[in-house]
Amino acid sequence: MMTDPQIALMMLGLFIIFVFMGFPIAFTLMAMGIGFGYYAYFDERRMWRDYDRLGEDASLFDQWSTWIEGFFNNRAFDLFVNQTFSVMSNEILTAVPLFLFMGYVVERANIVNRLFTTLNIASKNIPGSMGVAALITCALFATATGIVGAVVTLMGLLALPAMLKARYDPSFASGIICAGGTLGILIPPSIMLIVYAAASNVSIVRLYAGALLPGLVLVGLYLVYVVGRSLLQPSAAPKPGDDEVPDVSMGQLLLMILTSFLPLAFLILAVLGSILFGLATPTEAASIGALGSLLLAVIYRAMTWERLRQSVYLTVRTTAMVCWLFVGSYIFAAVFSYLGGEHVISEFVQGLNLTPIQFLIMAQLIIFLLGWPLEWSEIIIIFVPIFLPLLHIFEIDPLFFGILVALNLQTSFLTPPMAMSAYYLKGIAPPEVRLTQIFAGVMPFLVCVILSMVLMYLYPRIVFYLPELFYGR
Amino acid sequence: MIGFIRFADNLSAWFGKAFAWLIILMAAGTGYEVFVRYVLNNPTAWALDVSFIMYGTLFMMGGAYTLSRGGHVRGDFLYRLWQPHTQAKVDLVLYILFFFPGVTALVFAGWQYAERSWRFGEVSVNSPAGVPIYQFKTVIVVAGILLFIQGIAQVMRCIVAMRTNEWLEADEDVFETEDILIRQANVVERGHNP
Repeated sequence: MMTDPQIALMMLGLFIIFVFMGFPIAFTLMAMGIGFGYYAYFDERRMWRDYDRLGEDASLFDQWSTWIEGFFNNRAFDLFVNQTFSVMSNEILTAVPLFLFMGYVVERANIVNRLFTTLNIASKNIPGSMGVAALITCALFATATGIVGAVVTLMGLLALPAMLKARYDPSFASGIICAGGTLGILIPPSIMLIVYAAASNVSIVRLYAGALLPGLVLVGLYLVYVVGRSLLQPSAAPKPGDDEVPDVSMGQLLLMILTSFLPLAFLILAVLGSILFGLATPTEAASIGALGSLLLAVIYRAMTWERLRQSVYLTVRTTAMVCWLFVGSYIFAAVFSYLGGEHVISEFVQGLNLTPIQFLIMAQLIIFLLGWPLEWSEIIIIFVPIFLPLLHIFEIDPLFFGILVALNLQTSFLTPPMAMSAYYLKGIAPPEVRLTQIFAGVMPFLVCVILSMVLMYLYPRIVFYLPELFYGR
Repeated sequence: MIGFIRFADNLSAWFGKAFAWLIILMAAGTGYEVFVRYVLNNPTAWALDVSFIMYGTLFMMGGAYTLSRGGHVRGDFLYRLWQPHTQAKVDLVLYILFFFPGVTALVFAGWQYAERSWRFGEVSVNSPAGVPIYQFKTVIVVAGILLFIQGIAQVMRCIVAMRTNEWLEADEDVFETEDILIRQANVVERGHNP
C-alpha cells in the first residue's frame, strides 16, 4: 500500500504524462484533482451514514438512491466547488479581462504604423535607426497590448519589409521583432505578473513596481545590442536612404510625436502610475486603461462596431482560457498539498543540500526547460507554485523569484521547439526569410535575457529599489 | 450528429458572447467608482462586489464557448504532430475519462452549493451594501451544464474526425489578429506560386 505522499507524487507524475497527450489542461487538472481528492478525502463512515440509518422497511428505490448519494458523499466535491468559487471571486484576477480588453482594443486602433513611422524619422541619425525604431515600437505596443502574437505579426508585416528593403540582415531584423514583441508579458502592466500574483500571493502592486526597472534593463540591453551591432557591422543595418525614411522639419516631427507617441505613452503611464502611487487598485486602473483605449481608438477613427465586437469576444475567450486553468489548478493544488506532496518535495530538495544560488539556478533552469514545450500560462499557474513553498527554505524573496521567472519566460517564446514568436513571424514573413534565420537572429537576444537575469542576481537592488521606495520593506 | 454539434456550438457561443459584453459594464462600472471617489469624493459601496461578480460570470459562462472554438490551452507539442484521427481517438478517451467526471461534479456539487446560498439569501461579506451573491453561485451550475452539452458535441466531433480524418471546425467569425494575418499571408503566397 502506498503512503499518501507517494500517491501525491504519483498524481504529479501522471499529470505530467497526461499533459503530453494534448488534452485541454484545465480539464485534465480538474479530473485529477477530483479523482485523487476522492481518494484523499475518502471517509467510509460519512459515505454509508444515511444508508445505515435507513429502516428495514425502506423501499428498493430509497435504498438505491441513498446508496448512490452516499457514494458521492465525499468532501472532495465540496472542496472543488469552494476552490472554483475562490477563483470566481478572486480580486486580483478581476483585472485580467480588463487588461485583455484594453490590449485587444489598442491592437485594433491603427496605432502601430503611426508609431513606427514617427520613431523611424525621430531616430534617423542613430546607428541602426530602423532597428531601434522597430524595437521601441514593439516595446511600447507590447506594453499596451500584452498580446505577443499580435505584436509580432503586426510588426512583422510593417517593420520587417521596411527593414529588408533598407537591406538589413534578415536574421538581425527578425530577431529584433521577435524579441521586442515578447516584452509585453514582462513590462507592467503585464497579465503574466497578475497571474503570478494570483498564484503566489505576492502583492501585485509590489510586483509591478519590482518589474519596472528589470523590464527597462532588458530593453536597454536589447538596444545596446542593436546599436552596438549596427556600429560594428554596418552592413547588417545600413542607414536608410531619404526615399525610405523621408526627412521632415522639426515642427512636423514634433507634431507626429505629439499625435502618435504621446497618447499611447500617456495611457500606459496613467494606468501604471495610478497603480504604483496607490491611487487605484489594478482592477480600477485596468478599467481606466480599457476606457482610455476605447477613447484612443475613437480619436484615431479606428473604432468600428465590428472591431468592438471582436475585442469583446476575444476577451471572453482568453479570459476563460486563463481562469479555467486556475479552476483546474486550484483543486489540483489543494489535493496535492493535502496528500502531503509539497512536504515530500521540500524534504527531497532539502536533502540535496543545495546552496541558495544552486537552488535558484536549478529552479530557473527547470522553468527554462519547461518553456520549450509549454506556454507561460501553464508554467506560472501549474509549475511555479511547486517551487513557491521552497523559497523560504533558501530565504529567497518570492517577489525576486517572480521577476526572474518573468524574465526567464521571455525565452519560452523564443526557443525552439515551441518558439511562438518565431513561428508567428515565419507565418507572415516573405518566404525567403527562413525559420533558421529567425532562430539565429533571436539567439543574441536570448543572451541578453540571461545576462539580465545575472544582473538581477548580482544587483538585486534593481528589483527591490522601486517597491521599497514606494511601499517600504 | 452534425446537427447536434452545430446546435451546441451555437448555444455555447450565444451564452459566451452574450456574457462577454459584461466587460463593457465592468469597465464602465469600475471607471464610475474611480470617478465618484476622486471627483465627487463619494465612493460606492458596491463597486468591488459588482466587479468580481461580473468577472466571475464572464469567464465561467465563456468556458463552453472557448471549448467549442478550441481555445483551452493544450500541451500540444506532440499532439499537433498527429493525424486528426489519432488526435480524435485520444481526445475521445480523455473526454470520457477526464472531462465528464469533472464537469458532472461541477454541476451537482455546484447545485448543492448554490441551493444553500439561495436558502440563506446569501450576500457578499466584502461590503456593507449587501450585494446578493446566490445568483452568482448559480453561475457554477449553468456553466457546468453548458460545458456538459458542449462536451457531448466534442465527443461527436471526435467520432466524426475518426471517420473523416478531418476536424469539423465551429463556424466562427472572430479570430486573433495573428491568425487572420497569417492566413492572409498564406493565401497571398499560394496566389504567387500556384
